[in-house]
Amino acid sequence: MEWHRGLPQLIIILLYLSLLLLLGLFSSRLFKGTKEDYQVASHSIGPFLLLMSMFGTTMTAFALVGSSGEAFKEGIGVYGMLASSSGIVHSLCFFVIGVKVWKLARRNGYTTQIEFFRDRLGSDFIGLLLFPILVGLIIPYLLVGVISAGSVVQSLTAGLAPDVGMFQAINADGSINPALDGGIPAWLGSLMICIVVLIYVFFGGMRGTTWANTFQTLVFMILGVVTFYVIANRLGGQDGFVANLRALAESVPDDKVTRVEMGKTKFFTYLLIPLSVGMFPHLFQHWMTAKSSNSFKLAVVCHPIFIMIVWVPCVLVGVWATGSLAADVVPPGINPNTVLAFLVKTQTGQILGGFLAAGILAAIMSSLDSQFLSIGTIFSNDIYCHYSRKANLSDQQQVFLTRMFIIGIVAVTYLLSLANQTSVFALGVWCFSGFSALFPIVFAALYWRGLSAAGAISGVFAAIISWGTLFYHGTQTPGGLRAFKLEVPLGGENYEIMPVVVMVLTCLVTTVVVSWVTPKPTPERLAKFFDPR
Amino acid sequence: MTESRSSSSGPLIIAGLVVLLLILHQDNWFWENKTLVFGFLPIGLFWHACLSLAAAATWFLATKIAWPVDDPTGPGKPLAREQAKHDSSEEAV
Repeated sequence: MEWHRGLPQLIIILLYLSLLLLLGLFSSRLFKGTKEDYQVASHSIGPFLLLMSMFGTTMTAFALVGSSGEAFKEGIGVYGMLASSSGIVHSLCFFVIGVKVWKLARRNGYTTQIEFFRDRLGSDFIGLLLFPILVGLIIPYLLVGVISAGSVVQSLTAGLAPDVGMFQAINADGSINPALDGGIPAWLGSLMICIVVLIYVFFGGMRGTTWANTFQTLVFMILGVVTFYVIANRLGGQDGFVANLRALAESVPDDKVTRVEMGKTKFFTYLLIPLSVGMFPHLFQHWMTAKSSNSFKLAVVCHPIFIMIVWVPCVLVGVWATGSLAADVVPPGINPNTVLAFLVKTQTGQILGGFLAAGILAAIMSSLDSQFLSIGTIFSNDIYCHYSRKANLSDQQQVFLTRMFIIGIVAVTYLLSLANQTSVFALGVWCFSGFSALFPIVFAALYWRGLSAAGAISGVFAAIISWGTLFYHGTQTPGGLRAFKLEVPLGGENYEIMPVVVMVLTCLVTTVVVSWVTPKPTPERLAKFFDPR
Repeated sequence: MTESRSSSSGPLIIAGLVVLLLILHQDNWFWENKTLVFGFLPIGLFWHACLSLAAAATWFLATKIAWPVDDPTGPGKPLAREQAKHDSSEEAV
């Protein structure tokens, strides 16, 4: 049967979004009506759901699309730089920060990071300082998701309605863009995704988000592996899966199966980027959903394996696309981030293309939902309820407020996504670096009695000033933000390092030095957070 | 495994293993090696995939010998109301 181009993809995307809506609406039937249930699912999430929701939240579209694109550009080294490092450091953060903070939060009743820091440091100002920084760092991250969702829907439904004016994709020079023409316009795709995420977060709260994340994580993991299998068999041209894998590997140029073009110090310093998960507000809120500290065990152990399952196939597909067997398929000058979608479109059927679109959207939405809920919760708990003169707001009023803030943040994010489609992508790694820069503060708050409020506040200022300074330099260099690296001259050689090193060290040194010379927290306050000596 | 071993040397063993993982992560020795393991997996990628498995094994060990045990008498002892709320929510689940 001959399908209209783009139609099967659209049908599968719509079916997938409908399933998500049903899941969100079903989970809302279990909603108990309390603020605690809406924001942290009444601390009822067990090991499996916690693993899937935390993994789904930390993996964005980058895990599928970006990994193959980066491997296409840089070779197999991207797995070590971005994935195996995350396998070690993310679980380290879950273990060292997540479990500890969960125990303190359960004892003292925190839902957000700001509540924890305010109480730990006895400072209201730390909350006011962290609020714009956390929200400011997460908005570009949200924008990347919303814009990516629109692009994915458009590219994978291309050809659907080329004669309809609003579906036509015109390049800046007035020519038709064949890769996108006739597809659902990006603004409409982004709007569709925002509305679906908004509905299931609005009605389902954290329980709906966790269930949707679990479902979506399963979807993108399974579809990633299926896509890998099909592409290998089509591109390899041999009999048998292993024979195809071997033929494809032998076709790849040497610079892509090694790391000859990757700097060793850049590779090493990239290890600091995954520390960002220690300060993600949305991940903090997921930690709070755990039923017990033992619920974390499965997530801590399986997270590195899940990263491997998603990333290794995508990295291999990315490097195969540089090989001689793909030379007739992959056009020269292709945008690396479209390599996976391009191979799916040319090497597999429309049905698998539709499923892959659903998989990529799953990866995007499983991060967006948690981020929207987290920002709504921060606005409601840390700003409105904290500073409102109306004491003792009821649970229903607080749930209502959180929902209103979620609608607001979805609307603002969507409108911002319409304004700037390209420059925001370069901000991705900078957002992560910003969160990593704040890591010394959360670590010190949990493990160092000597951390003072002044030390933490100075550390936050140091992190954000160093971030801003380096960001400015990044915008002024010829390669722009994406390519900006620092060079350290040592022994007659220049070593390339990631800007995050400077940010983390600046924050760490400032926090420690200022804490040493300023008044320490009272013994009563420390007794809430530390065992007696 | 005794309780004292779990509470004292366990975290040190895990800390040592994490440092070892981070050292092994910087695999300069395979930087320019183009060997294909099993004929299809570049050795640099194979090494780091193994490192992901080693990380999972390390964290599995951490859950056995270094997992922090809940201590209701510890710092910030839960408020009675909060504890009761927690207990009832767990029962509901």
